[in-house]
Amino acid sequence: MGTAGKIARRTFLIGTAAIGAGVAFGIYAYRRDPGNPLTAGLAPGEAALTPYVLLDAEGVTLITPRIDLGQGAASIQAHLLAEELDVDPAKVRLASGPASPVYHNGSVAAEGMPLAAWDEGLIARGGRAASEVLGKFGGLHVTGGSTTVADAYDRLRAAGASARETLKAAAATRLGIAREDLRTEDGRVVWADGSAPYAELIPLLADVEVVQDVPLRDPSAWRWLGQPHRRVDVAAKSVGTYRFGGDLVLPDMLHATVVTNPLRGGGVVSMHASEAEAMRGVEAVLPITDGAAVLADNDWRAFRAARAIRFESGGEGPTSDALWKAHEAALDGDRDSAFTDEGDVDAAPGTRIEATYRVPFLHHAPLEPANATVRYTPEATEVWTATQAPIFVARSVARITGQEAEQVTVNVLPAGGSFGHRLEDEWVRQAAEIAVQVPGRPVRLTLSREQDMTHGFYRPMAVARGRGTVENGRVRALDLAVAAQSVAESQMGRVGFPAFGPDVALVAGAWDAPYALPDRRITGHRVAATVPVSSWRSVGASHNGFFLESFLDELIAEAGADPVEERLRLISHEPSRRVLETVAEMASWNGPEGKRGVAFVYSFGVPVAQIMEVRQTEAGIVMDKLWIAAEVGRVLDPVNIEAQLSGGALFGIGHALSSEITFDGRGPEQTNFDSYESLRLWQTPEIEVRALGSGGPIRGAGEPGLPPAAPALANAVFAATGTRLRRMPFAADMRFA
Amino acid sequence: MRITVNGTDHEVDVEEDMPLLWLLRDELGIHGSKYGCGIGACGACTVHLDGLAVRACQVWSGDAAGAEVTTIEGLGTEAAPHPVQQAWIDLQVAQCGYCQPGQVMQAAALLAEVPDPTDRQIEDAMGGNLCRCATYPRIRAAIRRAAGSEGA
Repeated sequence: MGTAGKIARRTFLIGTAAIGAGVAFGIYAYRRDPGNPLTAGLAPGEAALTPYVLLDAEGVTLITPRIDLGQGAASIQAHLLAEELDVDPAKVRLASGPASPVYHNGSVAAEGMPLAAWDEGLIARGGRAASEVLGKFGGLHVTGGSTTVADAYDRLRAAGASARETLKAAAATRLGIAREDLRTEDGRVVWADGSAPYAELIPLLADVEVVQDVPLRDPSAWRWLGQPHRRVDVAAKSVGTYRFGGDLVLPDMLHATVVTNPLRGGGVVSMHASEAEAMRGVEAVLPITDGAAVLADNDWRAFRAARAIRFESGGEGPTSDALWKAHEAALDGDRDSAFTDEGDVDAAPGTRIEATYRVPFLHHAPLEPANATVRYTPEATEVWTATQAPIFVARSVARITGQEAEQVTVNVLPAGGSFGHRLEDEWVRQAAEIAVQVPGRPVRLTLSREQDMTHGFYRPMAVARGRGTVENGRVRALDLAVAAQSVAESQMGRVGFPAFGPDVALVAGAWDAPYALPDRRITGHRVAATVPVSSWRSVGASHNGFFLESFLDELIAEAGADPVEERLRLISHEPSRRVLETVAEMASWNGPEGKRGVAFVYSFGVPVAQIMEVRQTEAGIVMDKLWIAAEVGRVLDPVNIEAQLSGGALFGIGHALSSEITFDGRGPEQTNFDSYESLRLWQTPEIEVRALGSGGPIRGAGEPGLPPAAPALANAVFAATGTRLRRMPFAADMRFA
Repeated sequence: MRITVNGTDHEVDVEEDMPLLWLLRDELGIHGSKYGCGIGACGACTVHLDGLAVRACQVWSGDAAGAEVTTIEGLGTEAAPHPVQQAWIDLQVAQCGYCQPGQVMQAAALLAEVPDPTDRQIEDAMGGNLCRCATYPRIRAAIRRAAGSEGA
């Protein structure tokens, strides 16, 4: 067997980002500190203290390199810095900073490793340390995996503290007094009989060394963190002055849109654009990969002209029916993984049951359609876009412009939602393809909703088969087989890298569930890549939470046990027990009572338990109330964590109810929010959230609220009706009000 | 044609059938109203036309001429927010915020017509406004707060 084969058996996918970056940057990048990317761009009179704090005559700018997608990343990064720097986040400027390996994400690579987050054993800790090194040398300047808080918690506080002490050192030199005799307050260094704003100290900073290794403040001394505080962006977002990527206007800018084959690589059989070219405001119709771009003086004129292009696209794609069959067949095919395989599920004693579940493809469909602005010149290219991975965008664009990645500047703009969509960059590459054809002019590409919806990178369709036994009123054995395409394989394929080894995401949320059963097996079965798939909020746990918690609920019902008590019996992991006990207490749990269902999922290092209460009415099932309990180690922003946990749960419920992307051989059949339905206000249950911060590693809450929501609903519907909802969308099998 | 937006008159030369949304965004540079679907299915472009909440992607510019158009920018400012905007700020409704200009305009129109709406009236009025982040619990609470019926 060749080397590749040997590697494959001993390794595992670590995600696009890790492999791609590692290869491109080379291992030496780990030993060479990438330095401070702010230093190169400093104007006279400016200073950079750490890569996160920029000073000029007008004051402080905090660099928040994790993009705000709505999850509150900008605000929490600013507060982490401000808490040590002693500035008011509402009174300083924020900037996303340049694309740079110095902003690597040390936590995101660990998500791709088969290390259960609750596992504190030697191998797991070693693996996480290795993945952090990988993140560093790979220069993973990436937002994702609910890692922003975990990764930034120490790093940004340390940066703020270091900047603060350096400012004090500068003032101490000038005043001739000890640094220890100075303090800081609201953007000023303060001494016995005077004070100076930070900006006044800029000229003195050239003569002092940056103070390193400053002890961090005790949480009891915090001013904002841990307390309810106002998100930095909430006022602007309430009065309409917040600017998203698609609101960018540059002088001499062209408005562009594209129309391309929904089957990527299918090409164009014929295209007639003369009618479009003659329309008012249209400057040009240009060819791009798999289609055409319209350049106009206004978005609507571009959209209208794009609709007027007569376009016959080539290629042949899969149908949903064929894909379902391929997934079902894969359950009996080769295993991609069996990270959990204990006891003997096939020989386990007891009453045996079996059930099959399935979930469809889903689109991320953030409300702001994908957009990107690119200005190309032979010397340099500038990009403005909302991206979770700016270094990858720079490389993608450089391949199109024929430049070095260093010649491409990426300005990261805020996003009108993402849910994983903005890890992809197809539209940025399209904007670059257009821009090279009109050198010197900025091109703002906005996808129509229809183009965006039919050119997604979808949450994979997945099928699961559960088999298990119950004995003496208890669950004895559980065997869950999951078949889906591999997200990592699809993502890595798009950047030209092969994928060796099993895909952890395919079974995430199931293989690492902390249930201690004597006979337990979780297997992943990889389906051949056809439809491009991607990281959709909570990734593999988005379907595996549903599969595992639905089937476990079936086993518990078969055993005649209580759904909360039996789960607690099977779990010894203390934080996981705590959230189940907490949610039961919040809901005054007294069994399903013909209306309630419970689910528990451990994902992204966060155990989350939810109880849903429903009611049968003449109009269908009504969701009355949802209780959520989660353990995140420490709560930094109680207001936002409630928003993230409830938002994640509702995102899961909304898609479980009525959303699906289906394929007819010509591409996706859903084109807009009329056919791709989404949760509405009238469907929304009352929600009560308790976020626990009982110590342990600090974790992010953007994704883990999602996986338990759909199974809690399905289990509640079973309690109310006796019907098991085993496939999504639920509305196909059950009427909801 | 002449059009009045947030109390200011503008003389514009656009197609009669250009939807108001793009007249606002691309001709007048008023960016608060957002494009989300273009078919009236998401509500991100909601503005007031003579006080009535409408989807700006579904109203022809020619039909808006002569009417009073109010966008989110005309409702209030950070220094002087409308009571609905104040409630949105106080309860920190927004996550990504892209739908919120439309949500706020829809809610303001509701409260102008029904000062103290029932839950059912809130659900009916807000049903066409999509929030992909699912901020609905706080939208509901903020409308109650702006109506002065918090906890009622």
